[in-house]
Amino acid sequence: MSQAAATSAAPPLPARRRAGKAGDAAFALACHAAGVFVLVLLGAIIALLFAGGWPAFRAFGLAFLTSTDWDPVQEVFGAGVSLYGTAVTAVLALVLAVPVAFGIAFLLTELAPAPLRRPIGMAIELLAAVPSIIYGMWGFFVIVPVMAGTIQPAIIDTIGELPVLGTLFQGPPFGTGLLTAALILAIMVLPFIAAVMRDAFAAVPPVYKESAYGLGATTWEVVRHVVLPYARVSVVGGTMLGLGRALGETMAVTFVVGNANRISPSLFGAGNTIASLIALEFPESGMGSLKLSALLALGFLLFALSFLVLAISRWLLRPRLKG
Amino acid sequence: MSAPLSAALHRRRRRKDAVIRALCLAATLIGLFFLASILLTLLWRGLPALSGTVFTQVTKPPGSGGGLLNPIVGSLIQTGIGTLIGTPLGLLVGTYLAEYARASRLGDAVRFVSDVLLSAPSILVGLFVYQLLVVPFGGFSGLAGAVALAIIIIPVVVRTTEDSLRLLPDTLREAVIALGAPKWKMVTLVCWRAARSGILTGLLLAVARAAGETAPLLFTSLGNLNWSLDLAQPMSSLPVTIYNYAGSAFEDWIALAWTGALLITFGVLGLNILARSLLRK
Repeated sequence: MSQAAATSAAPPLPARRRAGKAGDAAFALACHAAGVFVLVLLGAIIALLFAGGWPAFRAFGLAFLTSTDWDPVQEVFGAGVSLYGTAVTAVLALVLAVPVAFGIAFLLTELAPAPLRRPIGMAIELLAAVPSIIYGMWGFFVIVPVMAGTIQPAIIDTIGELPVLGTLFQGPPFGTGLLTAALILAIMVLPFIAAVMRDAFAAVPPVYKESAYGLGATTWEVVRHVVLPYARVSVVGGTMLGLGRALGETMAVTFVVGNANRISPSLFGAGNTIASLIALEFPESGMGSLKLSALLALGFLLFALSFLVLAISRWLLRPRLKG
Repeated sequence: MSAPLSAALHRRRRRKDAVIRALCLAATLIGLFFLASILLTLLWRGLPALSGTVFTQVTKPPGSGGGLLNPIVGSLIQTGIGTLIGTPLGLLVGTYLAEYARASRLGDAVRFVSDVLLSAPSILVGLFVYQLLVVPFGGFSGLAGAVALAIIIIPVVVRTTEDSLRLLPDTLREAVIALGAPKWKMVTLVCWRAARSGILTGLLLAVARAAGETAPLLFTSLGNLNWSLDLAQPMSSLPVTIYNYAGSAFEDWIALAWTGALLITFGVLGLNILARSLLRK
């Protein structure tokens, strides 16, 4: 081998080596520039949204965050109602989605027979691929009637009778509203949370589980006392990822949330979210109007909010990504 | 004395285990049920209006028939141009992360930002491009829509490119360098080629994601009920047309919206399945 290397190792042509060096420099520069471009893109998004929202921030000050007014005629705008709707729908969506996602991840890693894991996992992942507009149509034409005809009346007759909790479930069962929006959001973020949990559960070293099984633990006990503690950081990270996605979901929510600018004590009441308000009001805002500026200010708030949540999620999932 | 006690405890633990297993099965069935419900609803409500005219006629006022030709072509054009802009950029960023910035502060920052952008609300991409291209140039345009979709595509391509390049063994890279090849040849001729199925999977997933996006197009290409291929003018797209038609009060428009929804969903899911089967090989 050394002989072959010695005979064939003719000195490389200087011209070729120079071309290689130049190509290396150019390619490295292109890659670095592309990397920096991503940072510039983020900076530009923040800067342009903030610049667009600046007139509204200047006009209303900090009160913009808490004011519940949204009056295009008087030109008074506030983010209060949509912030409330965004938070309520997103958190409620997580309350509904996380247990189901946990069940799916548990089933896919511990319970399902091996040949079934792939197809079931793929079907759940396809839920994430369905476009958001489709969830909106399906929600509006399929889920809303079911909510209005069956689920909401049933809830009113049972939980609605309770003293304190009941106030959350009052009012006419129109089918639309915050609860329905949260339900659709839950279905949409379910596959993302389930995928993170599944990967985290699958990353638990088998030896740990085997030793618990060897002590006579049931499957649930193994998951509860071995898998969950081992994967808890990722479970929280996956939940935050779901939250980040739920905060900014637009089309599906716009269809089912009812689109009213008021804070209703009941979850059956109509409301809006930042994203649905932007989507709905944008066509009626002229270029350069204060209303458009208020929408851009809302966009800036939403970006800040989801960036924070997604950054936390990313930070929590970080060590697992490397492993 | 202790034997019956431990037997009771054993029974209780078994019962709890069985209950939770059943709940997990129920959770999975719920997830699968929703997917089935969406797909069956689309077939049931979208198939009746699915005919040749959907693909041959442009959108028309309510009550006069018409098809979805201009939304379909508009979606293809905008997704196509968005892919052409977004793929090279995403590929270079992914390459930068995997080949140049494995342990650099800048690389960590880029990786972090790209991952956050991957999940960031798509409506904000629409607002951003509105501010960037629509306001300065004085109007909605198909090109602005394509740029918005490109921004959706970039982080997806970045993630899959970096992941598939990182799967390659370093001995492969060392072998190429030992032959005297410059690094850029190592990356383009060997690494990209070795990772091509993973990169292609990411590209297909990115296209599928972009094709179904509505919110970024609302403020950029706006939609157009007339036939137009002019990139400087508002351009129709399938998701935005579905949004407008589904929210209308006209039966025939709603029927067409379902047909459009059927087309886009099965197209997007088909791309997803294709991408995944590609990765398995």
